[in-house]
Amino acid sequence: MTADLEERRGSGAERRAAWLLLSPALGAILLFFAVPLVAALFLSLTDFDIYALADTANARFVGLENYLRLLRDPLFWKVLRNTVVFVAIGVPLTLASALGGALLVNSRLAWLRGLYRTVFFSPVVTTLVAVAVVWRYLYHPRYGLINQMLGLVGLPAIDWLGNPTWATVAITVLAVWRGFGYGLVIYVAGLQAIPESLYEAAQLDGAGTWRQLREITLPLLVPTTLFVAVITTVTLFQIFAEPYVMTRGGPLYATTSITLLMYEQGFRWWNLGAAAAVAFVLFALIIAATGLQVLWRKVRKP
Amino acid sequence: MIRRRLATVAVNGALLLFALLTALPLLWMISASLMPSGEAMTLPARLLPSRPTLEHYGTLFSRLDIGRTFGNTLFLASSITAVSLLCNSMAGYAFAKLRFRGRGRLFAILLATLVVPPQVTVLPLFLEIRALGLVNSFGGVIVAGIATIFGIFLIRQFALAIPDELLDAARIDGASELRIYWTIVLPALRPILITLGVFTFLSAWNDFMWPLIVLTDQSKHTLPVALANLSGEHVQDTELMMAGAVVTVLPGLLLFLALQRYYVQGILMGSVKE
Repeated sequence: MTADLEERRGSGAERRAAWLLLSPALGAILLFFAVPLVAALFLSLTDFDIYALADTANARFVGLENYLRLLRDPLFWKVLRNTVVFVAIGVPLTLASALGGALLVNSRLAWLRGLYRTVFFSPVVTTLVAVAVVWRYLYHPRYGLINQMLGLVGLPAIDWLGNPTWATVAITVLAVWRGFGYGLVIYVAGLQAIPESLYEAAQLDGAGTWRQLREITLPLLVPTTLFVAVITTVTLFQIFAEPYVMTRGGPLYATTSITLLMYEQGFRWWNLGAAAAVAFVLFALIIAATGLQVLWRKVRKP
Repeated sequence: MIRRRLATVAVNGALLLFALLTALPLLWMISASLMPSGEAMTLPARLLPSRPTLEHYGTLFSRLDIGRTFGNTLFLASSITAVSLLCNSMAGYAFAKLRFRGRGRLFAILLATLVVPPQVTVLPLFLEIRALGLVNSFGGVIVAGIATIFGIFLIRQFALAIPDELLDAARIDGASELRIYWTIVLPALRPILITLGVFTFLSAWNDFMWPLIVLTDQSKHTLPVALANLSGEHVQDTELMMAGAVVTVLPGLLLFLALQRYYVQGILMGSVKE
């Protein structure tokens, strides 16, 4: 109510200036975001393909046919499963490395904290395609640094990108390596927001480091963890460049993600209608997954 | 006392190990790019070049014309950064400080659409670009980045702190609203403009899918697209590929190192929107 009144109080000049300043951004968002968003929904209900690309008259309305066909397609279920596995392995790994790193960096005993924070964060700003190329060589079964390091501690060589199961792990590890620094920075900020007096009081009560971690730090970091988990989930659901560069979705479609499937359908085979349906399934999954995480938090909070 | 010393060693040892593992891929990338051909893939692995050489960088720039690709990427990332900073700052300021009807509702709608993943809009956007005749042009890449909802949000949060008295005083002095934006608001937004600028530049520099779709001609490719193509043709040339990766990664990394403070601040600001 008060906001409404506040909005109305603006003078004519102020209102005109507001719309003038808003128009470039809003115009661009309308034209290159809002229109495509609505169009995508319609597109997913048509059989828009390479013939329609030549002449739009060739596209027909097919209702939910694209969605139904996806549900009957074993490849789609495989790709869906792959993507969920990327998320299911990647999110806990990211949270663990980000939190572990943040606890170390934030420790009163640590030296050179700023330097370490920079090192952990630097993969985040690297080009995904470039580091995927680098990691492809690190994963080389014979000469790759990773297998040679495993060999040093007596572990057998792994066919990282040639074996369907290991390829999924390999791609997830790359994604975690590139992303955990983001969560780490947010965790460090979360840790610094915890009042020192809580720890002092706990120390007076005779609580050791582990008990302080379990009973003060971790509970107070729940909102931070939720935020990092949601962001990581959304990012991993959209995984694309990693499999595109490292495996092209193979072997045997084991690393084809939803976005890679959408890209292949849309921009390789030009089945834009079917690809739009894939994109909406991804959208629904992202909403469902983030919704679940937020809900879980609400339920747990008394 | 001894326990504390042990703990110090444990914490710093763990940090060092963790940091080395994190940095290893990037350090190896740089080292391998300087190795003579064939040296990066040996048993046992070499960590440093026997004699450092720049020959692969030479090949990239002379034979593979990566200078042009570099220029394309720089041009696109700079243009997108400049245009979007202007548009986002105007809109963010308007949402924060100018009173108009429907402001709250419009802003809420914009924020709600942040959940839409880019995959949803990319297909119709391509058809739109095609209808506008912008396929295989830099314009086609740029239009998708003119304004971002995240950018508007970030600017608005920052602009809320500009004191109203400052703007009102300028109004009483007879300054026009556009003049106020240009001479008072923009300078006051400087820190957040740097933050958003670094964000935007890096994400445009690193972007892969959209340039891959829009730019069909090899002479127009950006570094990530060119690198993905090269990695197919030149799988065996490890050292050459590492040089290409260095050329692609290094500018962004250096920019981040130079403006790290602003970047991290932006991340923390973005994370409070929860």
